[in-house]
Amino acid sequence: MAMLELEIWRGGATGRFHTYRIPMRESQTVLDAVSEVQRTEDPTLSYRFACRVGMCGSCAMMVNGRPRWTCRTRVAVSAPNGKLLLAPLRHLPVVKDLVVDMEPFFAKWQRAHGRFEPGAAPAADFAVVPPATPGRRAADAGIECIGCGICYAACDVVGWNPDYLGPAALNRAWTLLNDVRDRAAAERLAAVTAGGGCQACHSHMACTEACPKGIAPTYAIAGLKRQAIRAALRSALGAPP
Amino acid sequence: MNAALLAASRISALVLAVAVAVHLVVIIYAVQEGLTAASLLSRTRGNWAFLALYASFVLAAAVHAPIGLRAVLAEWLGWSGRLADRLLIGFGLLLVLLGLRAAFAVFLA
Repeated sequence: MAMLELEIWRGGATGRFHTYRIPMRESQTVLDAVSEVQRTEDPTLSYRFACRVGMCGSCAMMVNGRPRWTCRTRVAVSAPNGKLLLAPLRHLPVVKDLVVDMEPFFAKWQRAHGRFEPGAAPAADFAVVPPATPGRRAADAGIECIGCGICYAACDVVGWNPDYLGPAALNRAWTLLNDVRDRAAAERLAAVTAGGGCQACHSHMACTEACPKGIAPTYAIAGLKRQAIRAALRSALGAPP
Repeated sequence: MNAALLAASRISALVLAVAVAVHLVVIIYAVQEGLTAASLLSRTRGNWAFLALYASFVLAAAVHAPIGLRAVLAEWLGWSGRLADRLLIGFGLLLVLLGLRAAFAVFLA
């Protein structure tokens, strides 16, 4: 039987790659392979997963240098030469082995005002949001994000500028800026144009290329940049925001 | 970079896009026509359109380049703050000085 060679990161911020060999199986996913290593080779190996069907995003890790959902990544596709290099997601503190601390990632969502703000007074009635309106379409384009951190790990700017909010938080802010029910547009725009905001994006599109949901955070960030520039020009011209 | 710098960067980029395109066309025309230095200067001397184009080119570059360098310094060297900003403003002013000097040199030649 053909064997699969896995080099898996062991340790925390410091550590090293350990090599494991397990049988290569038909339709085997990377998550299957990691689970087999844990069950047959080393029960102390730590990694995360929950749904196993591409819904929760918790199994995200670096597979041969690229951030991927391991449950949706087949070994035959990602390791045609029978070798896998598995590391924890980039740009996040390593808890142990393949498990990272997602706290900085979600803290940036909060910094970007990535939460719905209904305002002080509750709405008197349901908001009518026709699906074809530009705002609804813009929100729809990014609304399916499940916060897996793949885009955050793919983004080089996050690595260069630790203050940068990152694609997911900015994408979330953009969906909310296009939500007619939201009442915190000005605060949110100020939050995403402060230091480390949307203007730090280099439009490399690594996030868009890596997103397993097919979301394009780059376009969301471009939208934020347009709004930020409009707001800056209005402010410079003394016009109301 | 704040929103004002982003706006300045984008607006200067718009000016640069036009200026660089015209500049390239001028270069290609001058080379294709085999223009001498004297014939080039005869076209630029007292030419207000030429001066306006190249002055705006210089000013746009002087705005655009320091903003870009600011990001490079911060991201690649981890250097940011008031001193870096002051040096970059100085760099922008240097570009203005050198660029306008060159533009006026061929305008007044």
